[in-house]
Amino acid sequence: MSVKKAAKKPPLHPMDALLRVDRLPHIWCPGCGIGSVFSTVMAAIQKSEEDLDQIAMVSGIGCTGRIAGYVKLDSYHTTHGRAIPFATGLKLAKPDTKILVVSGDGDLFAIGGNHIIHAARRNIDMTVICVNNFNYGMTGGQQAPSTPFGAKTTTTAEGSPEEPFNFSALAAACGAVYVARWTALHIRLLTNSITEAMNKRGFSFIEVLTPCPSSFGRRNRMRTGLDLLTFYHDRSVIMNDIDPKNASLNFENDLVVGRFVDIERPTFMDNYQAVKEHQIAPWPPPGRKTVEEAL
Amino acid sequence: MAGQAVMTGTYFMNGDHACCEGALAAGCRFFGGYPITPATEIAERMSRRLPECGGIYIQMEDELASIAAVLGASWGGVKAMTSTSGPGFSLMMENIGLGLCTETPCVICNVQRAGPSTGLPTLVAQGDMMQARWGSHGHYEVIALSPSSPQEMFDFTIQAFNLSEQYRLPVFVMADEVVGHMNERVIIPREEDIKIANRRKPSVSPAEFKPYQADPDGIAPMANCGDGYRIHVTGLTHDERGYPVMDDATQKQMTDRLIRKIKNNRHKIIQTENFYLDDAQIVVVAYGISARSARQAMHEARAKGISVGFIKLNTVWPFPEELIRSLAPRLKALIMPEINAGQMVLELERCAGGACPVELVSHFGGALIHPSSILDAITKVQKGKKKS
Repeated sequence: MSVKKAAKKPPLHPMDALLRVDRLPHIWCPGCGIGSVFSTVMAAIQKSEEDLDQIAMVSGIGCTGRIAGYVKLDSYHTTHGRAIPFATGLKLAKPDTKILVVSGDGDLFAIGGNHIIHAARRNIDMTVICVNNFNYGMTGGQQAPSTPFGAKTTTTAEGSPEEPFNFSALAAACGAVYVARWTALHIRLLTNSITEAMNKRGFSFIEVLTPCPSSFGRRNRMRTGLDLLTFYHDRSVIMNDIDPKNASLNFENDLVVGRFVDIERPTFMDNYQAVKEHQIAPWPPPGRKTVEEAL
Repeated sequence: MAGQAVMTGTYFMNGDHACCEGALAAGCRFFGGYPITPATEIAERMSRRLPECGGIYIQMEDELASIAAVLGASWGGVKAMTSTSGPGFSLMMENIGLGLCTETPCVICNVQRAGPSTGLPTLVAQGDMMQARWGSHGHYEVIALSPSSPQEMFDFTIQAFNLSEQYRLPVFVMADEVVGHMNERVIIPREEDIKIANRRKPSVSPAEFKPYQADPDGIAPMANCGDGYRIHVTGLTHDERGYPVMDDATQKQMTDRLIRKIKNNRHKIIQTENFYLDDAQIVVVAYGISARSARQAMHEARAKGISVGFIKLNTVWPFPEELIRSLAPRLKALIMPEINAGQMVLELERCAGGACPVELVSHFGGALIHPSSILDAITKVQKGKKKS
């Protein structure tokens, strides 16, 4: 009797406090890695012990963009490519809120490419998690700025003729204070990395190589999520602190993952305040260093 | 004066600057923008005034980012605006739709210049009036005001903020290059004499709160980020919980309310200034800078003994349909001057419904409409056959 009763009750999941359980089941395909990334994000939020009312999530459009619809935080599902500028306005209006931007590679680096480089340059205090599945999943698997040279998609049936971006190197070059790359199977390292990024003041960026069997894998002879997960994971080597421009993703070499950048730099608000209080030196500076001295 | 949000006093000021002062007086504390002629002076003044008033100015990387940041700031609970001109207005259209769909209060000032494309960057036009109405995809209602002087740039920007907060949508201030750049007297009242409206806050607990459950007047209370309601906001078609629902019934429910919340409140929103409508046989309907030419033409025509009336549209959207419908049957003609090839005149014709002729006095942009052009149109109608 009591067993029967218990069976009727929906089981509680440790993440339920952070989930809009009334929206489940989710829309992601079997074998998709977004759920794993979502779990690590929730685990990092739980570990942070932050007041959940003071964390907001912003996403763009695409499969990953739907995460904002399942997380029980103030969550904003914006337009394609515009998650970061929306998050910028939100952060500046509410500086005490922790901002997580979770979106896909196409959203953040193709249609939204202009925004991520400027948010990194300004060092807006937010954490951007880029789910890189090497294609546009939601629309059925088209070429993305991440698609490996030669890989097949619905718009590159004979193989992609373009060379992809190295997102981590790009984020670092634009001034991100924290940059890391993991695969969706590096659950613990990824979770720790998200925690570190959330605690970092400034623009932090984490790229996660994530399986998309339905759209990307099946056109490249990896039909299941596990095929892709093991493919990425087996080829990856952890090299912390490597210059991310040497951590390419061309698949001819090892896939380099790890924490690449962890530096300090004043945030946009730090500098805004300093300028407002006339705390910055006049430009141009009176003297100059030689190139050798500067290096 | 520095540091005060409301600069009470009398000034000689251009329209762009008056727009800033109106915004600050209305409580605007965030500006995200991108320089563009002839709206740049708004961004420039905001960059100086906002920090001293405890607000944030940020120059974004483009207009797509500007409007996105404004929407984000508004959800952060801060009154926010941007300013632009035609090319930037075009770039903002998609996220204006997001603002309409998610019911996000904010203000967009479009200081119009002649288009299409780069057009005449430094010269006047009123060519974005239909773009303001229909520029973003899908079906919705908008509110747009059209100032014809620096004083109205101040007054209407305050009203735009109030309307955006009351009805929860992006509101347009449809200015133009001449209004933006002309210097005139601007009177800024005492702070206590300025009426300010703020968004309605939820009155129930987070467990009971549905972010898009409207009150009887069609407007839903708004929970800002961090208020403890932990809501989901999406540009997908959503139900009262704010959750995406992909079916036609939800689509109807959502868009119907977006339309009704403006349509059903139109009598409170629409503002016109009416002159001599009681005895008028001919009525000139005008907005923005062209309203000044129209008023002058009305005075000159009346001096000649012609019974001319004048309707100045302070709000251009929603359009005063009932007023035009009630007037048209007893008029010889309605006349509209506008600096485009005929945009608002289409709405005027629709509302007149064939009950009287509707004449357009058009200028394609780059200069103002001279009052004599409007007077000519009035005289022609007067000399023409009487309406049978």
